[in-house]
Amino acid sequence: MDWQALWLTTRLAAIVSAILLLISLPLAHWIVFARRRWTFLVESIVSLPLVLPPTVLGFYLLMAMGTRSPIGRLWNDWTGHPLAFTFEGLVVASLFYSLPFAVQPIATAFSQIDPALREASATLGASTVRTFVRIVLPLSIEGVIAGAVLSFAHTVGEFGVVLMVGGNLPGVTRTVSISIYDHVQALQYREATTTALFMLAFSFLVLLAVYGLRRRPLAAAPMA
Amino acid sequence: MTLAVQLTKRLSAGFALDVSFLAESGVTILFGASGSGKTTILRCVAGLARPDSGRIAIGDRTLFNGDAGVAIPVPDRRIGYVFQQLALFPHLTVADNIGYGLAGLPGPERHTRIAEAAESFRIGALLHRRPGQISGGERQRTALARALVTRPTALLLDEPLSALDYAIQLHIMDDLRRWNAERRIPILYVTHSHREAFALGERLIALEQGRILASGSPHEVLDHPAQAPLAELAGFENMFNATVTARRARTGTMQCLLAGTSTELEVPLGVTPEGGAIHVAIRAGDILLADREPVGLSARNVLAGAVVECGVHGSTVVATIDAGARFVVHLTPGGADTLGLRPGARVWLIIKTYSCRIAV
Repeated sequence: MDWQALWLTTRLAAIVSAILLLISLPLAHWIVFARRRWTFLVESIVSLPLVLPPTVLGFYLLMAMGTRSPIGRLWNDWTGHPLAFTFEGLVVASLFYSLPFAVQPIATAFSQIDPALREASATLGASTVRTFVRIVLPLSIEGVIAGAVLSFAHTVGEFGVVLMVGGNLPGVTRTVSISIYDHVQALQYREATTTALFMLAFSFLVLLAVYGLRRRPLAAAPMA
Repeated sequence: MTLAVQLTKRLSAGFALDVSFLAESGVTILFGASGSGKTTILRCVAGLARPDSGRIAIGDRTLFNGDAGVAIPVPDRRIGYVFQQLALFPHLTVADNIGYGLAGLPGPERHTRIAEAAESFRIGALLHRRPGQISGGERQRTALARALVTRPTALLLDEPLSALDYAIQLHIMDDLRRWNAERRIPILYVTHSHREAFALGERLIALEQGRILASGSPHEVLDHPAQAPLAELAGFENMFNATVTARRARTGTMQCLLAGTSTELEVPLGVTPEGGAIHVAIRAGDILLADREPVGLSARNVLAGAVVECGVHGSTVVATIDAGARFVVHLTPGGADTLGLRPGARVWLIIKTYSCRIAV
């Protein structure tokens, strides 16, 4: 078992899913409730990582992080080191890669809220922010948790993108899935087996949590 | 306080809403079939929909002015809105639902106001329940209390009682009237039920296809419907197309022939010339039945016919009589027994001239 890779992966996934939650809540709110004529364009861009081969996404991210791109140069001037092949670079890449897994469950949950509830809240004097905090968020909490859990799990399992922008630096960019790949390449099947089994159990637990949560509608919860 | 509404708005149904009216303190009924634009008017007043043009004001406070580009945002309008499906917050208790619009108040005052409103609407014992755990009538009371506790400048009700039985409706409206007796805010009440309109409204505005057909007291508008669609909505079970055959200005009546029959009725004199087309509307409860030919009556219309069918609906016997044209007649079970009503039985219909309403 590669404990170093496991700790790194957990840290990466936790940071990524926390940042994604902050991005996805307003983004999903805008997609579901603002509904402009070009909302579908944003939805398509957000969902792109679902269909794009990870190597393609990784390739473009690698290009963008290089010192020849304006973004890469800006990062380099600001921090003194390039973004590619660093932990920070991995975080940035994972944000793109896992974005749809956070946005979609949240957007689905938002869209299932009776529009009259938000309207009632507004007629009672509540601002959009207050309506969000008091009505939208509590009524879609399962979707929000599902978004956080799925983006965490998806980040844990990524491989192609990590390989492209992170490489395989122990303690910096070597995640669990890279570690398994490494062990297999080195014919260390025993190490690969324990890590792979661990990942299997982890993934199953995540799905149990997500589906288990969906089974319990909040409106029917017993009174406090 | 007066609510002044003048607005136009194109509707997806293919017609345009174009109305102008004043709603004074008290209950004003917006009456019309579904799709006539009633709910859209409420949504425009609340700010949930935007009129294409016009002006909406409450007292001297402008809520919307299309020319000046003024549209006060929904949260700042201070208009209470009770939705058709009530839209209670399912995850909050009755107390938290009622107190939702009092966010700016300090805790103790908030509690007092919630308790007051809950008391007025008789839900003081339910404050810790959730909407899923109380009855339909109690949910209705919660929605009213939630809208009124914020002391809105007007109240909009979108068919809020249609799902409840009649006794509960009346009871809740009594409580609403009591609440409004001292506050005197305008209340717009949308309904398509003529029974609710009669029972609840002080004034009535009848709408069809986005336009105001008639306005006045419920009795003025619904007992003497000037247009056929209004008569239908107002619950006249018998509606006939007819042609005026003779006008008698001296007696204030005219004779008309029901279309497709040889049956003639005497009806009140209208403006339609001889040969002109009219609608004759008669309430099923306004027709008398007799089992032999009556003599010595003041009623001008006595028609011989036969019972086609006869059934009991609740405490009313509904009989269909063929007397050239088909008439629906309502009578009590006792009355039906006395006459020995059964299909095929011979009966006479007695209809007073002034029970026949004419509409164009």
